[in-house]
Amino acid sequence: MKKLSLTVNGKKRTVSCHPLSRLLDVLREEFELTGTKEGCGEGECGACSVMLDGQLVNSCLVPVLQAQGKKVLTVEGLAKKSLTPLQKSFMKCGGAQCGICTPGMLIAAHALTKKNKKPTKKEIREGLGGNLCRCTGYGPIIESIQSIGSES
Amino acid sequence: MRGYIPDYQFTSAKNLADVLVEIEKGAQPFAGGTDIMVLLDAGVLPPGNFINLQELKELKGIKEKKGIFNFGALTTYSEIRDHKLIKKHFPILCESAQEVGAIAIQNRGTIGGNIANGSPAADFPPGLLVYGAQIHLVSTQGLRSLDYTQFQTGYKKNLLQKNELIHSISIKPDFKGYHHFWRKVGSRRAQAISKTMMAGLAKLNKKKFEDVRIAFGSVAATAVRCPHVEEFLKGKTLSSNVIIQAKNLLSKDIHPIDDIRSTGKYRLTVSQNVLEEFLCGIGSDK
Repeated sequence: MKKLSLTVNGKKRTVSCHPLSRLLDVLREEFELTGTKEGCGEGECGACSVMLDGQLVNSCLVPVLQAQGKKVLTVEGLAKKSLTPLQKSFMKCGGAQCGICTPGMLIAAHALTKKNKKPTKKEIREGLGGNLCRCTGYGPIIESIQSIGSES
Repeated sequence: MRGYIPDYQFTSAKNLADVLVEIEKGAQPFAGGTDIMVLLDAGVLPPGNFINLQELKELKGIKEKKGIFNFGALTTYSEIRDHKLIKKHFPILCESAQEVGAIAIQNRGTIGGNIANGSPAADFPPGLLVYGAQIHLVSTQGLRSLDYTQFQTGYKKNLLQKNELIHSISIKPDFKGYHHFWRKVGSRRAQAISKTMMAGLAKLNKKKFEDVRIAFGSVAATAVRCPHVEEFLKGKTLSSNVIIQAKNLLSKDIHPIDDIRSTGKYRLTVSQNVLEEFLCGIGSDK
């Protein structure tokens, strides 16, 4: 057991756990941030995507020791007072269906649009290449990202 | 079954010297974790100690010194894929980095880990072989350097001693006027582990091959150079006959097997076709 501190969605948090615990489990079980999902548990599906110091990562592959002192952003941290344009666009375009992949999709899309405000379809497909969805067929998800800002 | 994590220890050290002492005592180096975390979760790693490398500044990033590019072992795929000078001098490395996993993996996985893990399907080794990379290993005894061609000795086997850590990779940018080629064939674009992949370099002089270097991955126990095909091509002018002969000779250089991802027969045929794609593209740069 080791006492570790990290910043999650802007708040400083401390936790006492095994340093090899997956960041995913610490977020869900210790901090009760259950928006981040577990899909495959081996970095293939992207359901557990979070931002770690501004970079997209799979939280199932990050041991919590390597998140010590760093900033984590989960899906719960995206919206401040109201939903972000990205989230609104997902709602408008039907980018979410069953919802399991959605937090990961939103975080991966956030990582992409932070660097590239108007990504092309090809860039979106690449940016979301590590995120699997078994409902929507990806079309509405890609459309959600292309239509950001046109939701009103 | 998931590994029982209390069986493992995971600690950080202040600097490289301290890490090397831990490694000498038997700790396993832990960088981006994209392979180790999967194995841990699968419950297939024996109990033991891991030492965290991620805070070691000495092993981070790409530096150019006296015209030689040095890649610290902790350099991530993302750093390589987005590096302007690497794109200019060693485009094969950028293209191969871009095709590893997806963005989240590229942000974590490292060049040192890719090499140390030793998978025959690792994406960097074919590029490192054609570019004539050097690998630098460090231990409490100091630093030693080897040609990358000597480093990988068999399936998941290499010349890294138990007390050593991969320090860095260095490459001389000597490839002006060369045609650079990279092709990875997998089941899908993202996240795929390859069925075959090829890195190629070629320089023509008066339409004849002055230098040609070909390396394949996923089709032998390690990534391999193709001496039969290379020797055959040197001094020759490209023609459809030469291409057919080169394709036939490839079966002397690669020895693909049947496994979970593909069959030996498919791999050989596709590898031959990828070789043809490379040869047909030479001269199309200008």
